[in-house]
Amino acid sequence: MLPRYLREPADRRTPVAYAGYKSTGLRAPLRTPVDLPHRLTEVTGPVLGEDMVTAADADLTLRLGGEAQGQRIIVHGRVLDSDGRPVPHALVEIWQANAAGRYRHVVDNWPAPLDPHFDGLGRVVTDDLGRYEFTTIKPGAYPWGNHHNAWRPAHIHFSLFGQAFTQRLVTQMYFPDDSLFGQDPIFNSMPTTARHRAVSRFDLERSQPDWALAFQWDIVLRGQDQTPFETDDDGDVA
Amino acid sequence: MSDDRLSPLVLAADESNDRRQGTPRRGSGFLTEPFRLGTTPSSTVGPYLAIGLTWADGPDVVAEGTPGAIWLRGRVFDGNGDLVPDGMIETWQADPDGRFAHPDDPRGAVATPGFRGVGRSHTVDGGAYAVRTLKPGRVPDGEGGLQAPHVDVSVFARGLLDRLVTRIYFADEAAANAEDAVLRSLPDDASRATLIAQLSADGYVLDIHLQGCTAKGMDETVFFAV
Repeated sequence: MLPRYLREPADRRTPVAYAGYKSTGLRAPLRTPVDLPHRLTEVTGPVLGEDMVTAADADLTLRLGGEAQGQRIIVHGRVLDSDGRPVPHALVEIWQANAAGRYRHVVDNWPAPLDPHFDGLGRVVTDDLGRYEFTTIKPGAYPWGNHHNAWRPAHIHFSLFGQAFTQRLVTQMYFPDDSLFGQDPIFNSMPTTARHRAVSRFDLERSQPDWALAFQWDIVLRGQDQTPFETDDDGDVA
Repeated sequence: MSDDRLSPLVLAADESNDRRQGTPRRGSGFLTEPFRLGTTPSSTVGPYLAIGLTWADGPDVVAEGTPGAIWLRGRVFDGNGDLVPDGMIETWQADPDGRFAHPDDPRGAVATPGFRGVGRSHTVDGGAYAVRTLKPGRVPDGEGGLQAPHVDVSVFARGLLDRLVTRIYFADEAAANAEDAVLRSLPDDASRATLIAQLSADGYVLDIHLQGCTAKGMDETVFFAV
């Protein structure tokens, strides 16, 4: 039997356009999207696993022959679907700024130092229980040109495929109680009822004495619609 | 995550509440809809996506030298008709037999060796994307018929707070396109035309317009909610 994925109501999703985030003005489509039925192309999706990652990809603090500057942290959690089921063996890709809030990227040229031992890229595959873990440094906040004195709260970018095209998610993880949330249109574009799900939790239990603070963040992908779904003898989806 | 749970014991206040307004009501103790966790909201990839999302073999749905390989190419434009040089597209498709490289395909595993199904291309070089692939076959439409050959596409960029989803169909599949349920559901030929790739020297070409631009005669691509 083919899985069938829930459709998320628009008011529970981040809208593709948001007035306070200027770059959406010429990029977010103006027309209402057309509902695409979930057929085979949508309920299947890229299966990307262990061959995409190496063990070293989970530790962003040891790169380019040395140790990164900054507050060492462990970021961990589970990837689940909205039915509470773990999503095992799923590729998780992350990228982030360094401790000073600077990305190693040609178009990021604000005057904060680059770190010769930090490239800001991490990859892991979730385990049998959907768990993931990275060791990294806490990214810094940084200014951007969206409005006067605009600053992005510290965040880590996450990209996940899940197990189907319908589950694809790219998002940003934040840190608890950041004073910059209030003025950040990217944070505030998320529905008020869903924002807290983008904020990690400080995790004293998993913090390692004399070594690293820990933050825990579970990621919830769209789950399945349990209504029975028939397949006829030809293998066509009924 | 406890505030995401639908408690069967306590319901939200409503107008029928006979106690003080705003007081939650007592529930039945039975769930009235399935237990669900709230999903994590999406966000933009921002301008620095290339740091985290670059694959050396990103454009290779099939390896170089694969017999029958074609290039799907195009450019991505914004509402001014300007190229989007910092975006990324991902493609997902069936192989030439119409099968997917995925365990949930009920007809069995993909039959084409080395066929990954997924492609990823940044639009760093002047807003152009390209993936090397095989033309997909027809796929069941779920209603006893077949869909026209198509590729599902996700578009990511700074300025998009969620991915956009569109499809690529093929101009030389006129008969299949004419009976495709998704294409038929679109309002007019102009909308359909935004999804149909044209033959080119090494495959097919289709530009993606995030917004229409009347001044330059560009129609907005049809995007889908999944």
